[in-house]
Amino acid sequence: MLKYITRRILAMIPVVIGITFIVFMIMKMAPGDPARMILGDNATPEAVEALREEMGLNDNYLVQYGRYMINLCKGDMGTSYKNNRPVVDEVMTRVPATFKLAFVSAIVSILIAIPLGVLAAVKQGTLFDNASMVVSLIGISMPAFWLALMLMLKFSLQLKWFPVQGANDGWRSYVLPAIAIGFMNMAAIARTTRSSMLETIRQDYIRTARSKGISEQEVISHHAFRNALIPTVTIVGVQLGGLLGGAVLTETVFAWPGLGRLMVEAVNARDVPTVLGCIVILSIGFSIVNLVVDLLYGLIDPRVRTMYH
Amino acid sequence: MNGTVDTNKEVQKKNSLAWDTWKRLLKNKGAMFGLVFMVGLVLMAIFADFLYDYDTQVIAQNIQDRLIHPCMAHPFGTDEFGRDLLARIVHGSRMSLVVSFTSVAISLAVGGVLGAISGYFGGMIDDIIMRITDILLAIPMTLFAIVIVAALGPNTQNLALALAASSIPIFARLVRGSVITVRDVEYVEAARAIGANHFTIITKHILPNCMAPIIVQVTLRIATAIYNTAALSFLGMGVQAPAPEWGGLLAAGRSLIRDHSYLSVIPGLAIMLTVLALNLLGDGLRDALDPRLK
Repeated sequence: MLKYITRRILAMIPVVIGITFIVFMIMKMAPGDPARMILGDNATPEAVEALREEMGLNDNYLVQYGRYMINLCKGDMGTSYKNNRPVVDEVMTRVPATFKLAFVSAIVSILIAIPLGVLAAVKQGTLFDNASMVVSLIGISMPAFWLALMLMLKFSLQLKWFPVQGANDGWRSYVLPAIAIGFMNMAAIARTTRSSMLETIRQDYIRTARSKGISEQEVISHHAFRNALIPTVTIVGVQLGGLLGGAVLTETVFAWPGLGRLMVEAVNARDVPTVLGCIVILSIGFSIVNLVVDLLYGLIDPRVRTMYH
Repeated sequence: MNGTVDTNKEVQKKNSLAWDTWKRLLKNKGAMFGLVFMVGLVLMAIFADFLYDYDTQVIAQNIQDRLIHPCMAHPFGTDEFGRDLLARIVHGSRMSLVVSFTSVAISLAVGGVLGAISGYFGGMIDDIIMRITDILLAIPMTLFAIVIVAALGPNTQNLALALAASSIPIFARLVRGSVITVRDVEYVEAARAIGANHFTIITKHILPNCMAPIIVQVTLRIATAIYNTAALSFLGMGVQAPAPEWGGLLAAGRSLIRDHSYLSVIPGLAIMLTVLALNLLGDGLRDALDPRLK
């Protein structure tokens, strides 16, 4: 298992190199001269040229990329074009807010979705099943940023239960953004859990278990649930990536001091190093989530576990 | 056996398969709702100019009518410039549909070709293409689209390009997977034996047999594209004002949400219903195309 984990972590390196390369090259297509942006419109062409030289902007893109990567390995993400501060400081102060929010909403949505999906499958065709599937279908169709606005309208502006914006109000600040981000995950996870559960309880070994006289509860929780969990774990991994992407929008609505909002601000200001920094961190986060998901397979399914021995 | 009889038989078989699928789809209420809704929406988008004149009713400002709440004359109310929200929603459907259909068409074409090549030839080409898709899939899709728009500049064309680029890897993966499952079956081997070239084998024999998952995925990707069009426009990175787009309308209504909530509620409902209709249709198609699931 340890060998497997090491191999998976090493396999992340080319992915991170690839991501930074692609994003770096795309951002290089951005119009406008960063040196001109930093110095303002009144700077002389000579001053702009001197700064370009100093920033290494006159070098070949590949050379620039190589330099970026070497610095990245030393923990240096360059300097923001907007406020001349080190990008790494800016990004790292925003990381906890985003990941805390993502974590809270992931946990809550998983804890609601899996029992919901299992119950819906067990009670297939009942009112409960239909109602929970209608809610899930609406959930996967509802734009998170719209849900965020609607929650804010009802619970912050009208009922005044929760703060309108920011993260300064303890757990109360987390409630609405976490629901807005997590609702779609919950819906998607519940739907997958239900369908994989339905597939599992039709298998022969479940009939065997029932015919042995094991109680229905035991059959569901011991025999069916564990096998049905594998597709669920897959969708959880996929959804968590979407969750980090959705954070960009929801953070903007709630003025959440996280990476998503930083990135939107940086895009609008054409602050390339900051955009790059945010993408690198979010993508590494996503890769780690995928790694954890893969390791979970081993935990759930002994067949996967034996593959690495 | 001569060639014409052969093709006729093939056509008949195809027709009956499509007919079976259609019959199964007809029984699915959700899918039918989705289909009817989408047909209605497409017709509305095509004939938008007959319903509301773009220059005088959608774009023109009319300050004395500003911020009227929904009433008989303005069923969806008016915005802060006195423009009728219903007119803007109707014309906004055009934007959402054009951007999402175009972006899905581009990503299907590019991703499909890459996936077909990857799956059919295998080997090193396959490795290279798949490693690149691995990398692209490791970037959350919305973020990737934002990066591309940030680099190219915010406008409708670049938005469509960005959305297309961000779903190319998904189609490449899907088509590759389907191609691999039929690559080595007997009828493909037979086609190869009678000397058909790679292009004919892929387009005539392999792709038609991988259509089911592709059709389903196209429907669901259009839903995602509509969602992302709205999302990026909401952030100001897509369709630019004064052109109406649902996400943009939502963003404009946001600052007035306290007293004029209809300006944020209605565009969001439009996005949600469209995505819902496409999801229902996609689910229905998946069940109809694969009767084993039922």
